[in-house]
Amino acid sequence: MFFRRIDIALDQDAHARFLPLLIAFMVYLAILAVAGIMVLNHSIERWDKGISGTLTVQIPPPQDSAINSDATTSAVNDALRVLSNTPGVLNAEVLAEDETLELLRPWLGELAGQADLPLPRLIDVAIDRESGVDTQALSRQLSVSVPGASVDDHRVWLDRLVRLLKTVELIALGVVAVIGFVTIGTVIFTTRTGLALHSEAIQVLHLIGAHDNYIARQFAGRALWLGLKGGLVGLIFCVPTLLAIGYLAERMQIEAIPNISLGVPQMVAIIVLPLIVAGIAMVTARVTVLRTLARMP
Amino acid sequence: MSEGGNEFIVRFENVGLRYGLGPEVLQDIYFELGAGSFHFLTGASGAGKSSLMKLMYLAMRPSRGLVSLFGRDMAITPRTKLPALRRRVGVVFQEFRLLNHLSTFDNVALPLRVAGVRENELKGQVEELLSWVGLQNHMKARPPTLSGGQQQRVAIARAVIARPRLLLADEPTGNVDDRMAYRLVHLFEELNRLGTTVVIATHNQQLVDRLGHPEIRLEAGKLRMLSNSQGGIERKTAADGSPVAPFDPEVLNYL
Ligand SMILES: Nc1ncnc2c1ncn2[C@@H]1O[C@H](COP(=O)(O)OP(=O)(O)O)[C@@H](O)[C@H]1O
Ligand SMILES: [Mg+2]
Repeated sequence: MFFRRIDIALDQDAHARFLPLLIAFMVYLAILAVAGIMVLNHSIERWDKGISGTLTVQIPPPQDSAINSDATTSAVNDALRVLSNTPGVLNAEVLAEDETLELLRPWLGELAGQADLPLPRLIDVAIDRESGVDTQALSRQLSVSVPGASVDDHRVWLDRLVRLLKTVELIALGVVAVIGFVTIGTVIFTTRTGLALHSEAIQVLHLIGAHDNYIARQFAGRALWLGLKGGLVGLIFCVPTLLAIGYLAERMQIEAIPNISLGVPQMVAIIVLPLIVAGIAMVTARVTVLRTLARMP
Repeated sequence: MSEGGNEFIVRFENVGLRYGLGPEVLQDIYFELGAGSFHFLTGASGAGKSSLMKLMYLAMRPSRGLVSLFGRDMAITPRTKLPALRRRVGVVFQEFRLLNHLSTFDNVALPLRVAGVRENELKGQVEELLSWVGLQNHMKARPPTLSGGQQQRVAIARAVIARPRLLLADEPTGNVDDRMAYRLVHLFEELNRLGTTVVIATHNQQLVDRLGHPEIRLEAGKLRMLSNSQGGIERKTAADGSPVAPFDPEVLNYL
């Protein structure tokens, strides 16, 4: 489209030179926002799959560590018995001490390695949510049979986390929408300035018998070209930023956060985004010109 | 619709025109131009010659009355049909209105490009016409680098390249000496001979008197037809109004 002939000297417009710059910035922000949304979505999905089918029964460590093993073992056995009699429980497995330590490491760090730390015994329970397990009833029953035992239903905090992430996601979507509006507004402004600047050439073309389309095409092609240029620059600047964020996340060892790396579909989405922005610029320019020309006789 | 026989190329009935809320600069205009006619449009400066031209080349719509072109009532012709009609009208604007960033070649090629003619087809036509108007050595020049007379020839070449059925020239002899003025009018007469209906707006009464074409005279926005004869010089076109033949090399002699 932009390699067609241009009769209107749009390529000499100084006012349009900042358009690629602005579009580059917009594409940059949009890619970061969209990448964020995709990472969050991915995380939510993974947590949902990994966690929602499980709950954890926690049996607190005895107050006096000297009499530790026997009492705790019988408490664990009691709990396992209750669990095996509960419908909907698929499997219950006691975690070994080092497994427990491993789970706690992200929160406790090196402290987790100290042997005399009183640790709770954890039972990993796989449940079938479809069968409608009543986790509250289970919790009540357990605390009767095993004093101090508590049921940690991941679903509850997961739901809260998901709600938080959904909010963050909405904000990111809002950012993307604002970016869209700003881009459209700027293209309209640039196009109108171009129309005013080249009104003489446009009138001559019009009187010579040019269809509105013929004139609009030149503006649209120009906007597409400027949009692609800006979009490419924005995309290029995004790559180091995304890599840096990934690197930092890895270095800070925020293990509670799942990995931030993007898959192929995400990469494709990010590469397509500048094309979409350029497309928006093209359509906006076209509509703006057609609207203005419609006022000519 | 055929323009042969008794069809009128231009027909104005009871036309009035005002700019914005101003007074009527054209009042109660009634006239008809037969196919193949040749008219001078005269009148003092400010009489409304350019305004009348604007109505004919569809730059404006009348405030009242009926304008019809090629047998079509412009008031009921949809806007999407107007570009096709404009392509059949060649206009030499008073101030030329060449596009300064385009070369001579591109300026003259514009009406063909706008009409969707392919590059390989239009190249020969444009080069041929530019040679005819003596600008074969200035094809790549931009209008600002040309003399007034040369620019005028570019403007005329652009007006006739698409072989219009109606040629309107607004004071084409305004900026040139007498000799050049006669040469230009002879060029228009040649085109007229090939079937094009011609209207030349001018305030050069001497020119009008000498050439003896019928005259439409505007006085303060009102029109007087001084001769109602069909001004067409004997034509070479078929009576069925088929497209005008290619340019006659004779045209060259006038430039
Ligand atoms: N664009 C315009 N806006 C307002 N008035 C105009 C405009 N163009 C022409 N006029 C007025 O219309 C009248 C006729 O002008 P014009 O058609 O240019 O006459 P001519 O070509 O015979 O000199 C004049 O009074 C002029 O002031
Ligand atoms: Mg005038």
